[in-house]
Amino acid sequence: MTSESSKLAFNEGWQYSPAPESTDHIVIDEQYGLFIDNEFVEPAEGQYFDTVNPATEELLASVALATDADVIRAVKAARKAKNGAWSKMKPADRGKYIYRIARILQERAREFSVIESLDGGKPIRESRDIDVPLSAAHFFYYAGWADKLDYAFPGRTPKPLGVVGQVIPWNFPLLMAAWKIAPALACGNTVVLKPAETTPLTAMKLAEVIRDAELPPGVVNFVTGAGDTGASIVNHPDVDKIAFTGSTEVGRIIQRSIAGTGKRYTLELGGKAANIIFADAAIDQAVEGIVNGIFFNQGHVCCAGSRLLVQESVADEVVSKLKDRMETLIVGDPLDKNTDIGAINSASQLQTIQSYLKIGEEEGAEMHQSSCVLPERGYWCRPTIFTGVSQSNRVVQEEIFGPVLAIQTFRTPEEGLEKANNTPYGLSGGVWTDKGSKIFQITKKVRAGVIWANTFNKFDPTSPFGGYKESGIGSEGGLHGLNAYVELVK
Amino acid sequence: MTMVRSHSRVPVAKTYKIYIDGKFPRTESGRYFPLKDVDDQVVANLCRSSRKDFRNAVVSARKAFPNWSSASAYLRGQILYRIAEMLEGRRDQFISELVLQGLSKRHARKEIEASIDRLIYFAGWSDKYQQVFSAVNPVNSSHFNFSVLEPTGVVSILAPTGSGLLGLISNIAPVIVGGNTSVILASESMPLCSVSFAEVLHASDVPAGVVNILTGFREELTEQFATHMDVNAIIFSDDDGGVAKTIESLAANNIKRVIPRNDIDWSSEKNQNPYLIRETQETKTTWHPIGN
Repeated sequence: MTSESSKLAFNEGWQYSPAPESTDHIVIDEQYGLFIDNEFVEPAEGQYFDTVNPATEELLASVALATDADVIRAVKAARKAKNGAWSKMKPADRGKYIYRIARILQERAREFSVIESLDGGKPIRESRDIDVPLSAAHFFYYAGWADKLDYAFPGRTPKPLGVVGQVIPWNFPLLMAAWKIAPALACGNTVVLKPAETTPLTAMKLAEVIRDAELPPGVVNFVTGAGDTGASIVNHPDVDKIAFTGSTEVGRIIQRSIAGTGKRYTLELGGKAANIIFADAAIDQAVEGIVNGIFFNQGHVCCAGSRLLVQESVADEVVSKLKDRMETLIVGDPLDKNTDIGAINSASQLQTIQSYLKIGEEEGAEMHQSSCVLPERGYWCRPTIFTGVSQSNRVVQEEIFGPVLAIQTFRTPEEGLEKANNTPYGLSGGVWTDKGSKIFQITKKVRAGVIWANTFNKFDPTSPFGGYKESGIGSEGGLHGLNAYVELVK
Repeated sequence: MTMVRSHSRVPVAKTYKIYIDGKFPRTESGRYFPLKDVDDQVVANLCRSSRKDFRNAVVSARKAFPNWSSASAYLRGQILYRIAEMLEGRRDQFISELVLQGLSKRHARKEIEASIDRLIYFAGWSDKYQQVFSAVNPVNSSHFNFSVLEPTGVVSILAPTGSGLLGLISNIAPVIVGGNTSVILASESMPLCSVSFAEVLHASDVPAGVVNILTGFREELTEQFATHMDVNAIIFSDDDGGVAKTIESLAANNIKRVIPRNDIDWSSEKNQNPYLIRETQETKTTWHPIGN
């Protein structure tokens, strides 16, 4: 049912003019050291690696490669701060320092947004409206907890864990740093954090903020590098807790490597969320939700709605409207304020996505992509959907982490739920229906940590986020997110 | 080989079997191990459960999960209370089993009383822990957003070796009151009460598969308890320095929640709390738009 009348003619008669955000107010140093004890320092072995703009493949800066010796140094700084200034401080004062971080982030919001889009490839609309304000809000929210923790744990007294090692991904570089650092500090811990190797720049800017906020030296330390640097944090004997966000594969390695050490850990891992569309849903709204679910941040989202389960009676209509809507999505310059889908984060991620496109076709699925023109340089992927897939297809079971949606149909709610729950993951889910009682029935039966009903990909500092099954252990955000950073004593 | 010694008649000894899917089979492997008393007399031949028994038990626990996890909190509380009632009526049997396994009579009486009280304690939490640990989250957008606890799923439990009844119950009760289903390996040195406790469960309207109890060798079965891909969490006690490492590294196969409970004095009321329930719960956050 391709109805001509439903076609969205955004581009007929007029064109969008380029509306790029300017970069002239941005300062990016040629080289960044490691941030230890509130200073940028040279790495022990003097090695650096490059970070490039994925939209242009141009060099942005080079960043220190932290080795074991650097991690040891950073942990030592964090331990000293934990045993010293940070523990001796009144909790209310600890809170004030965290408030300062929030405020400075708000003041420098535009700069952070532009750098986030330059380094990671995400549309400026998202970094400006979501990543950066949410990051500030996270610090603001947890700052207020610092002197109120006793009220969060009835019958117990919360104590800080000590030195926390944190390893974060490249999809929301600043936001993930905020998710990790804010609750850790509020609970009285000190931090050694490794940003992702393709997106270290906003962490380096956050280091400036932490320095300017005059946190005691050693409370927050950044060590840049790749997997080896992460491993040396995870395996450092004086780290009390590991908080990791990334793939389930690496999560498994981390769980294994700290087995028997007594270290605490929280893992926020992969996902393969289903958006379940019932026939009684508001279809146009649902289509917007599907688009937001899978194409937000190029699909580089662990909780992305990367599967669509649509009730059979409306499947043709939904898929047809979805294809029409995909045609209107603007793929291109991340800094352009009209851009909907930016650059794929790295050459290697683009390769991963392309290999899945091939796998999908080889498995017999029908692939449809929007007809948009892609820029010549940089890493790009057209918005893509697969129809005619079955539950055991790899594009249905495995996390692709790109703008690729697998579409299946169902007849009864039971069949929809069975398909939704039939993957090893359980991070998020979406339910679309105009019937209130059905919302509660279905959201209860989806085995996942975050469920959006008639909406998708919403985040808030007060709202806990975490996975069931192989999507992770523990929650981040909200009151529940405090659990990850305290030991409860009687 | 008997529990109740009498001079007037030949007593009938009980066959100690395992408890899977609401039934009392022998181990499919046909193997046994003898339990001896302090005088080195054989008290009973216990089932030496196999990996296959464990897999069968997990299938049963998974099958029981949808109904048990969606049973009302009130019903789960009633059933836990019912277990306590049934246990109260069988005090003497449990006391003599505990004495056979080496406890003094006074100690045995305290253990059964504490076990009954522990069940009452957790029965009472069934419709309250959710209220303590849930939240309505004041998000900065036009949504109604709330977080509730939901059971993790199938939980495997390596019960404490040194506390054959109280340690067993203190680990099972918080798991099932929260809507999980379970497979338990009983204490290897004090297994008698676990089988009799299964009989109590059987008489208490606990649906088949919610609790499955195996007897056997810890060293043989630990790996299965930790690796099974359809088990969501594992609880263990008695870490000797090596077992935690083994369990945690195997648990990573499917990102199991690993819950160590070492050196807990289960006889102390200070060690009963709702945080034990929360350890096998997940947090689910739901977003609803507010609007026309």
